[in-house]
Amino acid sequence: MKYKSQHATLDDLDRQILRLLQGDAKQTYSEIGNKLNVAHSTVYDRIQKMEQSGFITKYEAMVDTEKMGIPLIMAQMIITTDPKETENIAKKMTMYDQVLEVATSFSEELVITAKVVSKDQAELHSFVARSIAPLLGVLRIRTAIVTKKYKEERFGIKPRKE
Amino acid sequence: MIGSSSRALRNVMREEAFYFFTSIGNYTGHSAASLDEFLLKIKDIDMKSLEFHLFREDFEKWIAQTLGDSRLSDDIRSLRIQKVAGNALRDRLYLVISRRLKELKGPVVAR
Repeated sequence: MKYKSQHATLDDLDRQILRLLQGDAKQTYSEIGNKLNVAHSTVYDRIQKMEQSGFITKYEAMVDTEKMGIPLIMAQMIITTDPKETENIAKKMTMYDQVLEVATSFSEELVITAKVVSKDQAELHSFVARSIAPLLGVLRIRTAIVTKKYKEERFGIKPRKE
Repeated sequence: MIGSSSRALRNVMREEAFYFFTSIGNYTGHSAASLDEFLLKIKDIDMKSLEFHLFREDFEKWIAQTLGDSRLSDDIRSLRIQKVAGNALRDRLYLVISRRLKELKGPVVAR
């Protein structure tokens, strides 16, 4: 466990703790310790250090908006931009609550990809037409509305194979 | 009268421009910041875009609310009500807008 070097590394115990936390962040230190056969104080110490070092960025609750009666549609956007403006556009997009993820990606050309939520199709279109299309340097937008999700996971940390 | 003509003929800021889409969220990359530019775009824009916006009432709303030309907006609304589509839509849109532009730009004739 070396947390202070420029390329900080995690050992197997850290990775195992992270994996358990990714599955359920509400587990107690004792529960994690029991699963890994280590003392709860060790788990506490490791988690504290990983939080302070920025390996753990935040804990969040995943909410089932459908169950709450909040209908939301999800869309994936691909925005082709003038390369000189790509970064400005991406940064401006981060300021909208509707935009959940923004990234620059490269296939045949540099594009911005974004995941967006909206109440309905009319609101989605209005957002794209009024807030994204007018941004300087936006050349084209392709939007695909998500109809069914087959998998949605975050990258799971695994113990290193040596 | 002069005020409404100049409003209809002005160049609007990019936030107020008309952005041509072919379907929900799919922007063609074409926009118009004035009625003159709108007319030019009508000639070449993807037919899907014309039909998409006509059906959604986007043309008539932009022309009425942003350019303040309720008469032209009414003419376009009548195309929607008549369910004009395809090449006929492009031709008739071009006709009503170019005719209105001539009126707006032409000299005021005393009756």
